[in-house]
Amino acid sequence: MKRMTSQISNGVNQFNTLIVGTGGQGQITLLQILAEAALSEGYDVKTSELHGLSQRGGSVEVHIRFGKKIFSPLIPQGQADLIIGLEMQECLKATYFANPKTNFLINKHIVPIPLEKTLGEEEILNNLKKVSKNIFLIPAAEICQEKLGTSVVAGVYLISLSSFKNLIPIKPSSLLKAIKKIIPAKYLELNLKTFNLASNSEALK
Amino acid sequence: MELLLNKSGKKVILLGNEAIVRGALEEGVNFVSTYPGTPASEIGDTFFKIAKTELPFMEAKVKKRTKSSSPSKIQNFYFEYSTNEKVALEAGIGASFSGLKTLVAMKNFGLNVALDTLFPFLYTGTKGPTVIIVADDPSCHSSAQSEENSRFVALATHIPVLEPSDPQECKDFTKLAFQISEKFKIPVMIRTTTRVAHQKMPVKLGELKKTPSVKGDFVKDPKRFVTLPPRVLEMKSELLGKIKKIQEFSEKSKINQIYRLPKSIDWSSRMGIITSGVSYLYVREALKELNLDLPVLKLGFFYPLPERRIKNFINPPAGGLKKVLVVEELEPHLEKEIERLAKDVNCKLKVIGKELVPEVGELKPEIVTLAIAKFTNQKYQIPYTKYQIPFPKRFPQLCPGCPYWLVISAIKKAVDLKKVIFGGEIGCYMLFGNSPINLQDYLSCMGSSVGIAHGIMKASSFAKATEDKRKIITFVGDSSFFHAGIPALINTVFNKSNPLIIILENRTTAMTGHQPHPGAPIIPDGIKIEEIVRACGVKNLKAIDPINQKEFVATIKEFLNKKETSVIIAQRPCIQIKK
Repeated sequence: MKRMTSQISNGVNQFNTLIVGTGGQGQITLLQILAEAALSEGYDVKTSELHGLSQRGGSVEVHIRFGKKIFSPLIPQGQADLIIGLEMQECLKATYFANPKTNFLINKHIVPIPLEKTLGEEEILNNLKKVSKNIFLIPAAEICQEKLGTSVVAGVYLISLSSFKNLIPIKPSSLLKAIKKIIPAKYLELNLKTFNLASNSEALK
Repeated sequence: MELLLNKSGKKVILLGNEAIVRGALEEGVNFVSTYPGTPASEIGDTFFKIAKTELPFMEAKVKKRTKSSSPSKIQNFYFEYSTNEKVALEAGIGASFSGLKTLVAMKNFGLNVALDTLFPFLYTGTKGPTVIIVADDPSCHSSAQSEENSRFVALATHIPVLEPSDPQECKDFTKLAFQISEKFKIPVMIRTTTRVAHQKMPVKLGELKKTPSVKGDFVKDPKRFVTLPPRVLEMKSELLGKIKKIQEFSEKSKINQIYRLPKSIDWSSRMGIITSGVSYLYVREALKELNLDLPVLKLGFFYPLPERRIKNFINPPAGGLKKVLVVEELEPHLEKEIERLAKDVNCKLKVIGKELVPEVGELKPEIVTLAIAKFTNQKYQIPYTKYQIPFPKRFPQLCPGCPYWLVISAIKKAVDLKKVIFGGEIGCYMLFGNSPINLQDYLSCMGSSVGIAHGIMKASSFAKATEDKRKIITFVGDSSFFHAGIPALINTVFNKSNPLIIILENRTTAMTGHQPHPGAPIIPDGIKIEEIVRACGVKNLKAIDPINQKEFVATIKEFLNKKETSVIIAQRPCIQIKK
């Protein structure tokens, strides 16, 4: 697989991550974890998120940008380095921010849209491949359900995986520290198990 | 809560709204009131959380929670969710008149509700320094009724307005606003937008101010607090005098500044950019993308504008600029002011704004990049646009298990949907307007569904006896009912029309994040909606849990044929707070 060597060797001038999914999949928590981890590595950080109406089961995208000096909280069109898709159809919307070098790390999970034709896995992937060849489909929800008894941590699994597999220039140790800081004590053990599960993942080898 | 760390100089990641709270705490705020509304809600919610938490350096109390707190503790700030924004501002004014350092927060539409109260507050001025936070929502991410630009209020009321562009500035400008208010005895407004309020970045903390016991005291001073003619006109002159002094302050303020890349300002292109708020960040992003070095004047003050600074910018000693690009979201307020100022010092200046920068919808970095490229005659195309792929749109929906589904189900069983008009407004129930529900025939601001229903019923009451009379079912949430629905209900009864009003009592302010309201406060014993409705003279009144579908359906059918106003209170808590 392709590694993100170009961004990393540049000392990360700037790295843009977009997380997409549907309301209630925990995007804001993932944003907080990545932002904390980036700050602990000494980067400037800017993020953007939406609250309120937009969260009620609609499309939710959050932007996390870090690097030497970041101005805009929004990723400019076509400049995402990593797109994490918690839901497959939402990745199509995210192509607005993609370019041929963008890595897509996608949860193999589809949430049907009321009164709309739900797109199938193949159709979605074929469309995404028109944009970038770097598409990594991971059955994160399924893995978490099977090993941990819940798919709610699929997002934490994916961001952990992105760190272990060098899809994001953030060290696993920084990510772990951020998880411990952001996740409430009640859920911490589950999330630490998720992190460890991702570290042992056979995916993307 | 990291927001409360008492470590001056440490950088912590804060949301714009949290940074405002931190700024207020660093200034030693004493009194905070708000009505929730996205994108301003987290300001009140954060104060609420702090007030509930016992802290080593700060003991605050939530309204009606005094019994459990020991009397010896110092109350450093008081917080309340008010019934609506007008009342929130009025509470804040009372606190200010009593000498307290006060903050009032609301979203743009709330400012409209509070406007009647705001005008005279500028005339009386403040006693305790007062800051009003107003959040706009370009692109209407969380706003149904209009894409409002609250800057107009500065021109109408003369309230000084600051516009931060990121969380660090949210904190710094909040502090500055308190200082301006203290110095000039005038309320100061901070205007944010969604991308500022909901932006996160590492914010450098300052010292938390530990204020002494905050006992407010209203000292009689009618000359100061009573707006009555002829004194009111003197007050207006005094207000305009204050604004002149604040304008001088604005001229010297560092928050209006020229930024340049890399070191000295390069005027050689004889072009410049003037911007403010989040647009400034997009301008910097765009200049980096285009590898351009243009002087940028960033305005922290929207009102009063530093006119000399602007004149010096468009007419520098190196020679007048040929053209200037004004990058601002929504209406061209700055653009018009700059056109006016250019007439004095550089009448040949071409002021370009809405010609290149859209007036509808929020700005984005790529939109600003394209505008600057056109402005500077550069050939530029956004890379990778060819990859846009059509995707199915996903609209917000009522939660699974939402009690409103039961109300919808009963209505569908009870009436012919084509023959009944459905009135809506702001709250989760505005999602009734989306497919597959489609139960909204008009939708406007909070409380308005009832007021408009009355007008429609009156208008159709002049139809001939042989024609079908209009029937209306109108929805109003419990928080909305307290906020602005009660006067409309009274008007309906008083002026005699017969809509069927369904009050959706889910015991919370759900859409904005489950804040309490007068019918469902933090502790039990809220004000009972049923009693209010009865006291308004409504005879056809039933409170029903919509799980009792049979009764609900029968009541809808019965009440729709009544000649007087009817009210059904649909009582079932929000699924999110039931857990």
